[in-house]
Amino acid sequence: MPQPLVTLTGESLGWGGQLALHDVSLQIAPGERIAILGRSGAGKSTLLTALHDRAQVRLALVPQDHGLIGALSVFHNVWMGVLDDHGTARNLRTLIWPNADERGRVAQVLGVVGLDDLGRRPVSQLSGGQRQRVALARALLRGGALVLGDEPVTALDPEQGAALLDHLLGAFPTSVLVLHDVDQALRVATRIIGLRQGRVAVDAPASDLSADDLLQLYR
Amino acid sequence: MILQRRHVLAGFAALTLMALWFADLGAMRPDPWMTLRAIGQGILHPDFSDIAGLLRATGLTVAFAFCGVGLGAVLGLLLAPFYGRAAVRLTCIAVRSVHELFWALLLLGLTGLSPLTGVLAIGLPYAGIFAKVFSEYLEDAAASAPLSRRLPRLTALLWVRLPQALPQMRTYTLYRLECGLRSSAVLGFIGLPTLGFQLETAFKQAQYGQAAAVLALFLALILPLRFWVIWRLVPLMLAASATALIWLPTPPMGQGALMRFLTGIVPSPLRTGADWGGWLDKVLLQQALPGSIDTLILSQIALAAAALIAAVAFPAIVPSVVGRAGAVIGHGVLVVLRSIPDYMLAFVLLQVLGPSMLPAILALGLHNGAIIAHLLGRQAASLPQRTGAPRGVTLWAWDLFPRLSPAFWALCLYRWEIILRDSAIMGLLGIGTLGFYIQSNVQTLRMDRVVALLVVSALLTLLIDTLSRRLRRAMRDGPPLRIEASRCLAT
Repeated sequence: MPQPLVTLTGESLGWGGQLALHDVSLQIAPGERIAILGRSGAGKSTLLTALHDRAQVRLALVPQDHGLIGALSVFHNVWMGVLDDHGTARNLRTLIWPNADERGRVAQVLGVVGLDDLGRRPVSQLSGGQRQRVALARALLRGGALVLGDEPVTALDPEQGAALLDHLLGAFPTSVLVLHDVDQALRVATRIIGLRQGRVAVDAPASDLSADDLLQLYR
Repeated sequence: MILQRRHVLAGFAALTLMALWFADLGAMRPDPWMTLRAIGQGILHPDFSDIAGLLRATGLTVAFAFCGVGLGAVLGLLLAPFYGRAAVRLTCIAVRSVHELFWALLLLGLTGLSPLTGVLAIGLPYAGIFAKVFSEYLEDAAASAPLSRRLPRLTALLWVRLPQALPQMRTYTLYRLECGLRSSAVLGFIGLPTLGFQLETAFKQAQYGQAAAVLALFLALILPLRFWVIWRLVPLMLAASATALIWLPTPPMGQGALMRFLTGIVPSPLRTGADWGGWLDKVLLQQALPGSIDTLILSQIALAAAALIAAVAFPAIVPSVVGRAGAVIGHGVLVVLRSIPDYMLAFVLLQVLGPSMLPAILALGLHNGAIIAHLLGRQAASLPQRTGAPRGVTLWAWDLFPRLSPAFWALCLYRWEIILRDSAIMGLLGIGTLGFYIQSNVQTLRMDRVVALLVVSALLTLLIDTLSRRLRRAMRDGPPLRIEASRCLAT
């Protein structure tokens, strides 16, 4: 078995002094496509944050609030994903005067998410769906061994959302995504982790689970 | 411990009564009405005959303000990321607790009556204020973007925090520019060629028409500030200001000014081996002590006056109390009172009322009261009202004042420190506060005593600042005071 990317053993996870998840044990192996399901407040985002903090590989994150800087342009928000690949001086230069190569790389991922020609627009002027696509473009530009997404396509219409989700999963070998749609989770994931009342209630291959099993999580 | 508002109120009332008992309020001029009539005549017939001189002074007022605020903003921005370090924070606190006019008096001994004196006098204390405020903005701009933790701090600062804080910083800088114009005008009273110099000269020659013209020009400059400061043109305006100041002819300082200044500020017992007892007795007991007492007395009465004026005047800009037309008039009066520097107001009132604490009390009360009233009024006008709410004075007494009283308290306590700083300055007009002793030592070139008194004045400011913050926290009912949300809290 290949070396797992992240390992949690019997850990209790919390946020701001409040415990949200008890006794979590799981491993994430390379190549897995994991969907996390559960009611709101079940601790999905807490689990994702814990994975983010413990993973030792290059990873891209699509947070629930998108993590965008409204005052900066779409280009800058996307380029933010690769800031740690460059030195401080280069980053300062890019902030003030991006070159053609940098613009080109960003334009390419913006084309994928369907935001062509919006590179210069401040993010504060975008709609909710457009912002989510900027966050996705940032993750795509960053790349890496693992993508962590917290409801990464909820603000998009179903068709567009499904297409972008497939693209995201294709771009990263391993993925852990919080999803809110059971059918979507069964369609794209190889493994599903269900949270209920602060514990891991389900952790099984998607092929062993049915929609009815998963709907139990929401009762 | 949570203090009750009425306890604090009772304490302040008792202190104010005591201060009134000790205050020197007498010394009316033989006939204030005669001066008042002459000033009224002047206001009715403003004299713009020396238009070239007036415009030159106006331009230089702007130039000093731009260069001073520019220097302060740049220094503040550079210091802001390091504001968490004790050394930086203490330096900032120390430089901003000394008033611009005091900085100018001190620097006169180093750089003389040169433009540099004016620019530094504004820039240094402002740098301390900018550093504090900018650091708060940067801290509030939470790093929400999922950046790698390995990223250098500078990159995270420039890419994430600064862009988010920039709009607030601009708003605040514009507000500071308004303060800078006031400071710049007031620097004229110690001899720099700005509008304050013109005003003082006109008054001393009883040319009230000219004085009215100076005031009119100053208001024409500061009231529409937000319309003529265009951000894209600011670099150009800064360059023009710097050029104008560089070409300004200045009296020569003679050789060795720096050495003379540095040896001058060393306490004379250290320099000459004289007796420490005599020096300390002179500086601390005969100057700092009476100066501090008068400063505290003046600031206490002025604070009470400002609070009273604010409580009564804030509905003047609320349409549901005074009507739509009334609100427009009220707005005009408050904005004019807010825009004229308190020192300038005190100078004018002094000509009418004669030398006593009264002009300074009125000036500080009116200026600060107008600032608090303006902020409260804007908040009152935006409060949601239930249908069928009363109107007029009933609305003020039963609804607006009770709802706004936490903000009212917080604002008064916030202005307390500023009123104290400005009370010390009023001594330059001949009232016995710390400024009086500082100025007389400047005139006799005893810079060691000047520095000692400045330290006393800074400590007094810090004391009040700490007390005010403690009280606000203990009362625990003030709203979180945000400076950019209420643009005129700090001066």
